[in-house]
Parts: sequence; structure tokens; C-alpha cells
Amino acid sequence: MLQTLSLFAPELLLAVSASLLLGFGFWGGKDRSGFARYYAIAMLVVFSLSSFVLGRPEGTAFEGALIVDGFSHYVKLILGLSAAAALLFSKSYFESEKLERYEYSVLTLYCVLGMSIMASANTLLSLYIGIEMQSLALYVMAAFNRDSLRASEAGLKYFVLGALSSGLLLYGASLIYGFTGSIEFSGIANAVNDSGTTPGIIAGMVFLLCGLAFKISAAPFHMWTPDVYEGAPTPVTGFFSAAPKFAAMALIARVLVGPFEGITESWQQVIIVISVLSMVVGALGALQQTNIKRLMAYSSIANMGYALVPLAAGTVAGVQGMLVFMSIYVISVIGIFALILQMRIRNGMVEQISDLAGLSTSNRGMAILMTMFMFSLMGIPPLLGFFGKLFAFLPAADAGLMPLVVIALVASVIGAFYYLRVIKTMWFDEERHEFVEAPQSLRYISLVSALLILPILLLPGISTGAQGLITLAAESLF
Amino acid sequence: MLTALSFYLLSAVAVAAAFMVVASRNPVHSVMYLILTFFSAAGLFILMGAEFLALLLVLVYVGAVAVLFLFVVMMLDVDFVELKQGFLSYLPIGAVVAIVLLLEMVLVGGAYVAGETQTVVERGQELSNLERFGAVLYTEYGGLFEAAGIVLLVAMIGAIVLTLREREGVRKQNAMDQMARTRKDGVELVDIEPGQGLG
Repeated sequence: MLQTLSLFAPELLLAVSASLLLGFGFWGGKDRSGFARYYAIAMLVVFSLSSFVLGRPEGTAFEGALIVDGFSHYVKLILGLSAAAALLFSKSYFESEKLERYEYSVLTLYCVLGMSIMASANTLLSLYIGIEMQSLALYVMAAFNRDSLRASEAGLKYFVLGALSSGLLLYGASLIYGFTGSIEFSGIANAVNDSGTTPGIIAGMVFLLCGLAFKISAAPFHMWTPDVYEGAPTPVTGFFSAAPKFAAMALIARVLVGPFEGITESWQQVIIVISVLSMVVGALGALQQTNIKRLMAYSSIANMGYALVPLAAGTVAGVQGMLVFMSIYVISVIGIFALILQMRIRNGMVEQISDLAGLSTSNRGMAILMTMFMFSLMGIPPLLGFFGKLFAFLPAADAGLMPLVVIALVASVIGAFYYLRVIKTMWFDEERHEFVEAPQSLRYISLVSALLILPILLLPGISTGAQGLITLAAESLF
Repeated sequence: MLTALSFYLLSAVAVAAAFMVVASRNPVHSVMYLILTFFSAAGLFILMGAEFLALLLVLVYVGAVAVLFLFVVMMLDVDFVELKQGFLSYLPIGAVVAIVLLLEMVLVGGAYVAGETQTVVERGQELSNLERFGAVLYTEYGGLFEAAGIVLLVAMIGAIVLTLREREGVRKQNAMDQMARTRKDGVELVDIEPGQGLG
């Protein structure tokens, strides 16, 4: 029991501090949301670093329900830091829109707790509980601006479709349990290795993957994404597109190479179909968008497609490529949303792409940063986005999935069009607005993210230390 | 023989009732059929020797969830004419989906009948369901039980965040203030001259 608790110390810290924060928020008197936010940020940073401080303990907790290994350490590091950044950049928005309430910080903490259970899931039961804990918090956060019709619509839409996807996932889980007689990943793996591909297990796996594909908003389960991204408050959208995507992607990797390692060729087809559809839908759907949040929604659909490309290879290098790609994507998205949150004119927030017109003359620093992020998402060589795609597509090419890689490259080229359009609007169009001065925290977040995607700072890390971390993480799955 | 007969009866009723849940045009009827489905499923559980699950199903789903549904349906102002119009236009696509799902399930069931798979391990007869649940719920599944509790807590926080409104200028009753009142606070003695009034 003591060993379980020590393995699970970071999650316990989150659960206890979230509950304390809830109590503090209730009894703490007025003006408690500011303190709640900083406290939650501190706890998230401690959470993300704690497993490294504790010397990276490994093992299973709660009778094998949860597993703590190199993979979960790395995933939790990224989850905690990106959630902390998202919480930090929500401050100015919530204050100016008069939405500031301490429950937001509490919900973020519980959401990260759910995501960390997802990252450590070792049975179908813990997988489902992790997903539900994370999703319930996300539904509420999407509708957090409850007086706004669009935010309520976004929350409701997300909730109804999320419930449907949970149904698919549970149906798949029950089929898998029925045909393998086990809810533990190791037990399922044994049964799969013994019996090979039976229709029941395949059907269960496909339903399970459909439920998970909804969580990463991969096509054809992407319908909710543009509306929810547009309707939800902007900092919430920023949070949505970073941490939950990473957690769900990690969970997919764990499910694919854990219980279903024995039937790689069966799930490979499913992943390839989802990946190709996402890349095509993301690339073509974004062409018509005028709202920058909707643009980011389609961009995230396309990027989830790219992230699935290395997973389809089903190798250690594939999981590694997925982790590298997703980490770089999370950094870029945090930076971009910190910039979108700076798009404020005197009358309030604006979110059309045309509002960025002439940014290069009115606010050159912001224009340069936005240009860097767009180039990085496109995959232009000096920036890290290029290396993300390189590490993502190479394992697939090595595994002989050349057609998939070619489709991914074509989709990248189509996608470059809309990123370039944003850049063109900023640098070559007539100035439209003067943005009001942005708070320092936002400017620092976007600056730090931009520095992180500069290869000079991170490439040494990726090639030596951080790469070692990611390699360890990927290897611990197999 | 009797077991087989009751199994087929219960399953047939469950499937027919489940079909009627989606087929019936009146939402109140749908909920009624839903309750019938739950009951048949509870019967199936009993046939499998899972009496505790059967009771839970009746208590929780029939007793609480279905009745809640019924309340919600009766509160909703459903336009029945409009419902009828929608049904036919959605029928072809719905039928296609249903047929595909049916084929899949027949396939899955066929594999099961052909003996390509294994069934769930049979439980020992010496312990009752309840004892079995009690033995594992707070030990083996203790951590997940707590996590499920947190899921419910998050749902509760969410419901409160989205609906609770603190109105300005509401005069609330404060029991402590009322009890702390003394005679001095509440009563004022005024000496009124005859024929003068208070003015």
C-alpha cells in the first residue's frame, strides 16, 4: 500500500490540492480567484516535475490498475507544464470578460488529474474513469461563460457528442472484456496473443479506437471541434488544443502497443484510415475559414492526423516520433493562443484573421512571433515544426508506409496555404486596428514558446538529453 | 429446459422493448418501454447467477434513472406532430445504419457460437454476490473507487458552476442574527401624549 502511495504521489498531490482549493474558494472570502490561480499553477508545476525529483519510481499501483513508467513520467511532464501555461494565460481574459471565478482553477486541476490517470491507465476501467474525469471538467470549462449563447452551445454540443463517444468506447470495452475475459491490458494482450484475430476482439478494438479518436478530434469524429473551439472562451480553447490532445494521444499509443500488440496489422488499417481522413479534412476544411479560432480547430484536426502517422508504424521509433511531434505541437499551440489572446482592441476581443491586417506596422514583435509559429506549423526547416514532422514521418517511411507519408506531405503543402494567408494578412495588408497593450504574462508566454521552437535552444536538448527522455518513454511501452 | 425457455423469453422481450423505445412516437411510452427493457435485463442477470447486479439494476435504473427520465419528458413541451414528420425522413439512413450494426453483431455472435472464443470465468458457488463485491470493491478496486468519487465531485462542481447565480440585493434569513436579537434591539418604548399621535 505504501509503495502504491509513493508511486502515485504526484496524482495524490493534485487530488488533495484541488480539494483544498475547493474548500478555500468556498470559505476564503472575496478575491480568492487570483490566489487560486497561482496556487493551482504552482501545484501543476510541482506535479509535472515531481516524478523526476522523486527519482522516477516505476511499477504498478492499485493492484495493477495504474502503471507508472517512463512513458507516464514524460507525458505528465508535458501535461502539467502545458496546463500551467494555459491557466496562466487565462488570467487577463477572464478578468477583462468578468468571468473570473476560482472554480476554473479547481476544474483545471481535476482535469489534469484525469489526464494523468489516462496516461497511467493499465486496465479498461482506469482508462474509462480517467477519460470521464477529464471530459466532465472540459465540458464545464467549454461552457464556462454561461451567459454567452455560443459558449453554452459549445458546451452542450461537446457534452452530447462526448457522451456518444463514451458510449462507443464502453461498447468496445465490453466486447473486449467479453471476448478476452480480462480488463487488464496484460490479460488482454495474453488472450490476443493466444487467440489471434477474432471478430469480437477486432470489433471491440475498433469501437474503443473510435471513442478515443473522438477525444483527439480526428476525422471522422471531428465534427464538434470547430464549433467548440469557436464558442468556448479563448483561453479554454487554448487549453483544449494542448493538454487533452496530448493525453488522449498518449492513451491511444498505450492501448495500441499494450493490449493489442499482437494484432498490429489489424489496428494499423484503422489508424491509417483515421490519419488520412484527418489530414484531408483538416487541410481542406481550413481553407475557407475566416475566424482564427476555427482555423486553429482545423489545424489541430490536421495535426492529429500527422501525429497518427508514426503510430501507424507500430514501432518504438514510431511512438518516439509521435511524442516528439506532439510535444512540439503543444509548445506551438500554447504560443499561438497566447498571441490570439493579445488580439484585443478597445471594444473587446477580436478573432477574425482580417483583424490581424497590418500587424507588422502596428505591433512588429507580435507579428514576428506569429509568423514564427505559422512557419513552425507549416514545417519550414529552421524551426522545430520541421523536426517534429521529420521525426513523425521517418518511422512510417521506415516501416514501409510510403503512401501514407506521401499523403501526409501533400496535406502539409495544402495546409501551408492557410498558414501563409495569415502571414500575408499580417505583413502585406492595410492596417485595420491598433491592439491595446497586452499584459506582460501573455507576452512572456508567447515569447518563451517562440524561443522554445527555435532550434538553437532545443535541438541540442532533443538530440541528447530530451531525446533520451523521449526514447526512454517510448521504450518503456514495449 | 426451464432456464433456456426463460432466457429466450426474457431476451425476446428485452430486444422487442428496446426496439419500441426508439420506435414509439410518444416519449412517455418510450420511457415505459425502457423500464421494461431494464426489467428483462435484470431477469437475464438473475439467470446468470448475478442476483446483486439484478437488484442494483432495478433499484438504480428503474427506481431512479427511469423515473427521472419520465419527469424530464413530461416537463418537456414535445410537439408530437413534428416528431412524426421527422421520423420518416430519417428512416432510410437510420435503417441502413441499423442493418450494418445488425450484420456486425450477427458476425460477432456467429463467432461466439462457433466456439472461437472463451467465456467469462465462472464464479465459485460458496460465496454470494454481495460478499464477492465487498471483498474486492474497497481492496482491489479501492483506488478506482476513489477516482470514481472524484468524477462525481467534478460533475457536481460543474453543475453548480453552470447554474448557481448569486443575486445582488437578496434579503436572506440569518438564523444566528435572529437568535442574537435582544429585547433592546427589537422593542422601542415610546411615551405618547394623549391626543397627539406619533407624528
